[in-house]
Amino acid sequence: MRNGRLSTMKNIFVRQSVALQEKVKITVGNLNFYYDNFHALKDISLTIPERRVTAFIGPSGCGKSTLLRAFNRMYALYPNQRAEGRIVMDGEDLLSSKIDPSLLRAKIGMVFQKPTPFPMSVYDNIAFGIRLFEKPSRVDMDERVENALRRAALWDEVKDKLYKSGSSLSGGQQQRLCIARAVAVQPEVLLMDEPCSALDPISTAKIEELIHSLKQNYTVVIVTHNMQQAARCSDYTAYMYLGELIEVGATERIFVQPARRETEDYITGRFG
Amino acid sequence: MERVTVEDRAPDNPDALVSPGIFPFGSGVSFGDRIFALLVKSAAFISSLLLLGILAALLAGAWPAIKEFGLAFLWSVEWDPVGQRYGGLAMIYGTVSTSLIALFLAVPLSFGIAFFLTELAPRWLKVPLGTAVELLAAIPSIVYGMWGLLIFGPFLARYAQQPLQALFGETAFLGTFFSGPPVGIGILSAGIILAVMITPFIASVMRDVFEITPPMLKESAYGLGATRWEVMRNVVLPYTKPGVIGGVMLGLGRALGETMAVTFVIGNMNQLKNLSLFQPANSITSALANEFAEAASGLHQASLFYLGLILFGITFVVLASSKLMLMKLKR
Repeated sequence: MRNGRLSTMKNIFVRQSVALQEKVKITVGNLNFYYDNFHALKDISLTIPERRVTAFIGPSGCGKSTLLRAFNRMYALYPNQRAEGRIVMDGEDLLSSKIDPSLLRAKIGMVFQKPTPFPMSVYDNIAFGIRLFEKPSRVDMDERVENALRRAALWDEVKDKLYKSGSSLSGGQQQRLCIARAVAVQPEVLLMDEPCSALDPISTAKIEELIHSLKQNYTVVIVTHNMQQAARCSDYTAYMYLGELIEVGATERIFVQPARRETEDYITGRFG
Repeated sequence: MERVTVEDRAPDNPDALVSPGIFPFGSGVSFGDRIFALLVKSAAFISSLLLLGILAALLAGAWPAIKEFGLAFLWSVEWDPVGQRYGGLAMIYGTVSTSLIALFLAVPLSFGIAFFLTELAPRWLKVPLGTAVELLAAIPSIVYGMWGLLIFGPFLARYAQQPLQALFGETAFLGTFFSGPPVGIGILSAGIILAVMITPFIASVMRDVFEITPPMLKESAYGLGATRWEVMRNVVLPYTKPGVIGGVMLGLGRALGETMAVTFVIGNMNQLKNLSLFQPANSITSALANEFAEAASGLHQASLFYLGLILFGITFVVLASSKLMLMKLKR
């Protein structure tokens, strides 16, 4: 009896979250990805809603990072990797050879597993990306750098060390520097590839808080191997396994009432 | 046995706990280990002894010349075996100028090779091309010398020196560098041959240090919209700067000490009448190679020793700073 009532409540909850209408930012259609002859992504189709956090979860090797790296064509740096299919953002096929990968990557920023400060000062780390496309005056540049650092919740900690080397910051600060750097070029989408995997719990909490505030301005796609993290900071979750998209939906629904058996096994830890 | 709880404090007197008996045969490290350690230690010391010995021999050999000419040897041009007046400036100039020309040509070339091999070359081309560049270092220097004298020199004279002279020979300032006999022998030819010889060293060091740049660091720059050149210029080069400089120094060290190939193409004339690049000249190494066998013992031989000592000093400084730079990178 009690059980039955709980599941009715769940159903209402689920129906509500499904009914939410979202504006689509990116649509992936029948995406296949290959490393040489290895078929790493199999017919992936999903939509990424605008100004929401979408998380990709799944065991290692399931293709979640590969999928993320297809959005900004990072794979194109490596001659043995190729993608087939469509990734459409605002009506344009991002995989089309007509699109300049540099401009694409300026629109779709990326943050990596480990902090990667450039071998230059904190200020120049932020200014680097801006200078690639614009030549703002000194005053404007100062303002843009400060803005980016504020958005990454780092300004107060580094405002006195702007001209110190980026690698002199702590790991968590370095990662927020990398987020500030990505934000500084004013992208529309932020890709995060396990951004907390090299950080301690306190830094992780700060980054998660940051992700939450970033979605007011950006569409965030995050890859994580930490299910609690996906549950805490994403609005939508996609579960992937062995290169296939098993299930995608509102995060509450995926975690409370997954539609597929495989998803349930994974999120309850019964996997494998 | 005494019972304690682990929360107890440490014992007041830890020495009292020590009693012999568990390792009764203890004589420290075994005899064989000690002999072996001694052997390898002496092997390591022999090399530094050799270095000091050679330095001492050079000093002793050069002593009469040092006493006679002092430091003025460094800036005197005169080299007169008959009048027994010796100065090393012409040779020092020859060594330094040929090496600088070599660096000037080899550094951009090596950078291009390393950039292409690490960032642009498809995988099937990387290994064969990299090996081919490294194999340039396998050509014996005397072969470079013969090739330079018989094939490259005349070619350079016909297709570069003569047109250059026709073009700039009359120009006020530049003309100085392009005066002299355009016969394909001299400072310029030696510098170019040296450039070819040191390129494999500089290129392979550059390629190796470019390759140790973490891919994620490069990807972060690409991720902001940087092009390959912008990534190389702003991220990879600053990241690998000490290694790149170290590699350049390594090449410079080799150029300074190269003897055979230079002797073939430099022209072997002790003169510093003008700064022409086409003028036959002499480097420290070529002067030593040419004159040592015939030098009478006494001031002539001592002056050659003095030249050798100077070269030793120059290369020592260059190689030591290259090592320092490379060590900095590894840290």
